[in-house]
Amino acid sequence: MASPLSPILAIAAKDLLVERRTKTAFFSSLVFALLVLTILYFARDKTAVGDLDLAPGALWVTFTFAGMLGLNRAFALEMGNRAIDGVRLTPASATEIFLGKVLGSLIFVGLVELTAVPVFVLFYDVPIWRQLPLLLLVIALATVGFVSVGTLFSAMVVRTRFSEVMLPVLLLPFLFPPVVAAVQLTRSLLANRPLSEVSGWLSLLAGFVIVFSTFSLFLFEAILEE
Amino acid sequence: MTRRESALRIARRGAVVTGVALLGLVGIYIRALMFTPIERFQGPAQKIFYVHAPMAWAALLAFLVTGVLSLLYLIMRDRKLDLIASSSAEVGVAFSLVMLTTGPLWGKPVWGTWWSWDARLTSTLFIFLLFVGYLVLRGALHDPEVRARFSAVMGVMALALVPFIHVTVYWFRTLHPEPVLMKPERPGLPGVMLVTLLSSVAVCTVLYIGFLLLRYALTVLQDLKEEEMVDGVS
Repeated sequence: MASPLSPILAIAAKDLLVERRTKTAFFSSLVFALLVLTILYFARDKTAVGDLDLAPGALWVTFTFAGMLGLNRAFALEMGNRAIDGVRLTPASATEIFLGKVLGSLIFVGLVELTAVPVFVLFYDVPIWRQLPLLLLVIALATVGFVSVGTLFSAMVVRTRFSEVMLPVLLLPFLFPPVVAAVQLTRSLLANRPLSEVSGWLSLLAGFVIVFSTFSLFLFEAILEE
Repeated sequence: MTRRESALRIARRGAVVTGVALLGLVGIYIRALMFTPIERFQGPAQKIFYVHAPMAWAALLAFLVTGVLSLLYLIMRDRKLDLIASSSAEVGVAFSLVMLTTGPLWGKPVWGTWWSWDARLTSTLFIFLLFVGYLVLRGALHDPEVRARFSAVMGVMALALVPFIHVTVYWFRTLHPEPVLMKPERPGLPGVMLVTLLSSVAVCTVLYIGFLLLRYALTVLQDLKEEEMVDGVS
């Protein structure tokens, strides 16, 4: 008997296979991330704003924009030849399709982030090692929150005109709480402060992830209906 | 009664309600400027408060109506709910704009700055941006059924988001005057000012209802026109 996870894994694997064959989106997102990190480094007065003050914001702005490029693609590739109809015809439920899409995007965005972090350390000379596991936890949490909401909106905007513009307009307000929380947490962790100082932000981030992942999961069915 | 007739009837009612509210607004201006004392610390600038706070209330009400009706639409799938939700969003944009312009006018003399990233200010800016996003999304979708479904999803998500935004900015820092009305003890506003404020809240609520009725009637008429055009083609 097939495992209940298999439809989810199959959808994620399909998306990643398409990406592996072209690699366009991955390298575009990565190069974009490096460009943003570089531009933000110079977008300040270096005598007034130190590297450590700039770094957390720069990291999260980069992740947000680079991630959005990846999310735009999540459903855009289903629109060619109406491939989405094929996905809908499979026995996979709306929930499974959503989770498969989220998983695919999570791996995609996660890989972009994991590649960008060492470059970030190199460019901004930040002491990332002091609290690395906690920092990775923050990155993972914020990424799950933003990919869940982003997947829902990505499925909506592909049906509109100008979807590339529409996604940021709809999605960015939703990224405000997790990104602000992630920046505060990153700042504190890079400065090697105890987590208890910013535990409120961690709860906010976790709360956001729980509430909006659940909402996105349930509302996705309304998007997929025909 | 046909849909057109009932829309026209709603429009007539909307015009009457709006007319009454606009007269009320004139009354509020007169009362606020001539019959309400000048606040000791903020001076004449405080008079803006009698328009600003009630407009903010109406914008929030519009936002709440859009969010709740969006949720109901997803459960009941009644076209009417979608049309009222979208009308409310459009009216909400107008109220938000008044709120966002009167706020800085007051802020400059009192806070010494046009804008501050205070919790309530930022939350209301996001409410405005979410309203605009909701309307932009509707404008980009042709099929009325898809439009209704997608914008309902957006409406529900936006409703859930606002508390998170509020907490985020509140923790970041806050500068707004402490609540003067909705607080556990007695309202901190002298009686005369309180009456002016509460009357203004009532007037703005009526104005919201009037605008909503007018906009809803117009939306129904637009909807009928779209249907006629589709019938004409097929």
